[in-house]
Amino acid sequence: MTPRPGRDDDPDRLYTLTQGRSRPATDEFDLVTLVVAESDPVPGMQSEHVAILRMCRRPTAVVEVSAQLKLPVSITKILLSDLLETGKVTARHPRTTPNTAGAQRLPDPTTLEKVLVGLRHRL
Amino acid sequence: MDSVTASEARTPLAATADNGLKIVIVGGFGVGKTTMVRSVSDIRPLNTEETMTQAGEGTDDRSAVPNKTATTVAFDFGRISLDEHTVLYLFGAPGQERFWFLWDRLFAGTLGAIVLVDDRRLADSWYAIDRLEHHGTPFVVARNDFGGPPYTAAEVRKALDLDPNVPLLTCDARSRAAGKQVLISLAEHLQSLAAAQQETAAP
Repeated sequence: MTPRPGRDDDPDRLYTLTQGRSRPATDEFDLVTLVVAESDPVPGMQSEHVAILRMCRRPTAVVEVSAQLKLPVSITKILLSDLLETGKVTARHPRTTPNTAGAQRLPDPTTLEKVLVGLRHRL
Repeated sequence: MDSVTASEARTPLAATADNGLKIVIVGGFGVGKTTMVRSVSDIRPLNTEETMTQAGEGTDDRSAVPNKTATTVAFDFGRISLDEHTVLYLFGAPGQERFWFLWDRLFAGTLGAIVLVDDRRLADSWYAIDRLEHHGTPFVVARNDFGGPPYTAAEVRKALDLDPNVPLLTCDARSRAAGKQVLISLAEHLQSLAAAQQETAAP
């Protein structure tokens, strides 16, 4: 079986992809932040940026972008933050407001109700 | 790991999708995490990874380690569109030690967790249960039925040192109906915890 590309990639390649950065400019991307392309790819654009704009014509989670690009999540976030800064994508962040009143981190009741209704009807 | 390669046809989300939620399934190798993700997911499970290479970042203090080595954690995931706005992502992740270094970065804000256990290898999940308790992440325990030794629920609870409030379920990870029931049990458990918390908080 051929190993999945990306997994054992030379770190130098990842370094080149992100022009040497190891952290995104913004910390706001969650694994499940939904990314939406706001423009089409243009000639001369980095190929990963082109791929992201294509796959995000419909909302696509950061983790799905990462799986499609076969790149680690952190590298994917750097590429996404480039596009976010230049307005080529927008980000829909998770809206759960964690209830931190007690010892455990619990989601708010509205979210839980949506989850239960959705699971009962959609699954 | 038998998740698909990314080049396969994708099922896009609705254009209105705007709120992603997370539930994590943790358990030892071969316990059926990917199987469970697959049986309930709208898409065939995908696979990706996170790598941490920086020194002294987060809780992983590498200052004493002369050779910086990357911590890499691979995980599978699937998703369920709950309504036109809400998408639930399910992550199957190994419960091994290095995984927990990345927990906060990957799974902060997760609704809750499912600890998938094999009766024959209960000790494999001790560490995961310990870490979830430490992180304050609510969870349920689901026994994947491999037709193994017929331990009673009480015996499993004792072996796992489970808090009496933590639901213990039995499921067949290959079954969509069983997976659905485990997810619903987790959501109901979260609701009852939230209700109890409200009562305590009330004057």
